[in-house]
Amino acid sequence: MTTAATASQETDSPYALSHLDALESEAVHIFREVAGEFERPVILFSGGKDSIVMLHLALKAFAPAAIPFTLLHVDTGHNFPEVLAYRDRVVAAHGLRLHVASVQDYIDRGVLRERPDGTRNPLQTVPLTEAIQQHRFDAVFGGGRRDEEKARAKERVFSLRDEFSQWDPRRQRPELWNLYNGRHAPGEHVRVFPLSNWTELDVWQYIAREHIELPEIYFAHEREVFQRSHMWLTAGDWGGPKDGETVEKRRVRYRTVGDMSCTGAVDSDATTLDAVITEIAASRLTERGATRADDKMSEAAMEDRKREGYF
Amino acid sequence: MTSTTEPTEPLSVEQLSATTLLRFATAGSVDDGKSTLVGRLLHDSKSVLTDQLEAVEQVSRSRGQDAPDLALLTDGLRAEREQGITIDVAYRYFATARRRFILADTPGHVQYTRNMVTGASTADLAVVLVDARNGVIEQTRRHAAVAALLRVPHVVLAVNKMDLVEYKESVFAAIAEKFTAYASELGVPEITAIPISALAGDNVVDASANMDWYGGPTVLEHLETVPVSHDLAHCHARLPVQYVIRPQTAEHPDYRGYAGQIAAGTFCVGSEVTVLPSGRTSKIAGIDLLGTPVDVAWTPQSVTLLLEDDIDISRGDLLVPSKDAPATTQDVEATVCHVADAPLTVGHRVLLKHGTRTVKAIVKDIPSRLTLDDLSLAPAPGQLVANDIGRVKIRTAEPLPLDSYADSRRTGAFILIDPADGTTLTAGMVGESFAAPEPVKDASDDDGWDF
Repeated sequence: MTTAATASQETDSPYALSHLDALESEAVHIFREVAGEFERPVILFSGGKDSIVMLHLALKAFAPAAIPFTLLHVDTGHNFPEVLAYRDRVVAAHGLRLHVASVQDYIDRGVLRERPDGTRNPLQTVPLTEAIQQHRFDAVFGGGRRDEEKARAKERVFSLRDEFSQWDPRRQRPELWNLYNGRHAPGEHVRVFPLSNWTELDVWQYIAREHIELPEIYFAHEREVFQRSHMWLTAGDWGGPKDGETVEKRRVRYRTVGDMSCTGAVDSDATTLDAVITEIAASRLTERGATRADDKMSEAAMEDRKREGYF
Repeated sequence: MTSTTEPTEPLSVEQLSATTLLRFATAGSVDDGKSTLVGRLLHDSKSVLTDQLEAVEQVSRSRGQDAPDLALLTDGLRAEREQGITIDVAYRYFATARRRFILADTPGHVQYTRNMVTGASTADLAVVLVDARNGVIEQTRRHAAVAALLRVPHVVLAVNKMDLVEYKESVFAAIAEKFTAYASELGVPEITAIPISALAGDNVVDASANMDWYGGPTVLEHLETVPVSHDLAHCHARLPVQYVIRPQTAEHPDYRGYAGQIAAGTFCVGSEVTVLPSGRTSKIAGIDLLGTPVDVAWTPQSVTLLLEDDIDISRGDLLVPSKDAPATTQDVEATVCHVADAPLTVGHRVLLKHGTRTVKAIVKDIPSRLTLDDLSLAPAPGQLVANDIGRVKIRTAEPLPLDSYADSRRTGAFILIDPADGTTLTAGMVGESFAAPEPVKDASDDDGWDF
């Protein structure tokens, strides 16, 4: 458990907050604004580190009461088993309600078609937007951070989406002070990003400070992987490796958790939080550059997906 | 030029955790090289990672440019890259061993004044960029006025393209003097002028060898060392109640906490507090800092206050020390920046969000509109269009506890919202604005309002 704010050593003022305390306080404010202004908020929860930090912040924001939100997992069907196990453990431990929107269901029903490259990340958009409509969610928390990608750098904390979940970057509401505007018409909803101002390093430092448990795939371990597009991918039912791709055993860890078909591992010996933080602080690759194939499809891949309703 | 592939000295976990956060905004005209400055700041502080730089190099090459165009690091939208201009505020993150930075990178076009207002509303510092060849132009004055209006505590004047004026001290000195005189008149509390070349890298991160006559800090050194004000001694304590926490569980049957982010000042256990607008009073029985009991808490911490008496308090109320309560009023006088495309007119019915409270309101009068170029006031403009700054009088349906924006950037600020479609219409700052060189010209306006 954390104690009161850590005073910075750099100024004489006892009132200066460390950057982590400032970010935490801002995120909690955002969670409470949504709880105060919306009827049916939901937290997107994938079992990845950003959504895990979001959940931790929400638990702190409403302690000692339970968090007034349900969870939604958009399941691509290509999951790391450790992450699914983690997801179910956390949901049970905190007595939460979890909705699952399944890409596999949509494929089985013939609504969505498997892409030739086997990547299911872009296929998440339809199940996500339909789940939002079906459950009439009016606020949807996402773990997106502005440091992830240049289109995300343009994202507001409260981001209005129309009835088709579309994002129009040229028609965003100006966001002034911390006076967030959550007004929306029926059928529209607001995507909310409490971690907007956090960086990958902030997330890891916060996980270390708060002693938050993570799925093991974030730490170095031996794994059977093969190389594709300069990334180490995990072999699995989703369709890798193909002919000419050879599986080898390497010591790796993951920087992000996503669909197995497009989330790459990095070579690593970092088995502890401190080692992970040291490794990231010295890394010369961004999180997405190192491990996400779907962002490399074009210069505006993320912008285009966000316009369609991707989170 | 520094290579980005060269590994930086890794910082220890302790070093990384002890840093403070500085929020700053940049403003500059279209061709002043703002994107280049931001790109240079990110690049030379080694905040650009290899894959990002490779992407920039690849695009620059495909466009036939010789050197990587650092501006491409910051223009995130298709339309921005196509037009080569920045349309919307983007937020950038970088860190040094001394500080973490959140940079609101705001567009310079006059039609995007509202975006500079957006960026400046949360900034501790604003960097105003000018082209050394052009000096202080209208747009520079506009940026200085917006920084003054939003009460950004520190302003940096970055005189860019010094390489194109042979690094002459006299050019820099003349611009710095002119800008400082103008900005001081507006009430900008602190101005630091720095001669730079964003393209060549002079005085952005590394000290310039071309300007021996300059003895001050580089832009980054200044950003790392500028004090972020935490002097709370004279601040009025304010807590807008966001949410009432009532677990109603076996473990906490009677817990009733008032959650919110402290907007100003400090709160202590044992202090007498008053609830506004009802005026009821009680004493602070306890403060929870996200699950940990503390004796004292201060802005901008998010806390939960527990009171001795069970009184009626809900979202939208403001908790204040009983001995330091603001007056409540239904008549708001403010300086506003209109941010929506549709104009704001007298008689307009709106919603006003102040702190956590949203009330119905009506625009009673628009006494004047500010001409940013010369700071003169045009009386009775009838309406404010997008990017206009002006004075307004608003009547609210319920009394609001308002502070002057000069006293508190949080509890002196509000936004107007269109009740029909939820559009954010206007950014508002309560009370007197900055001092104007000239009084209101309209003789019939005897309210004594001035900017």
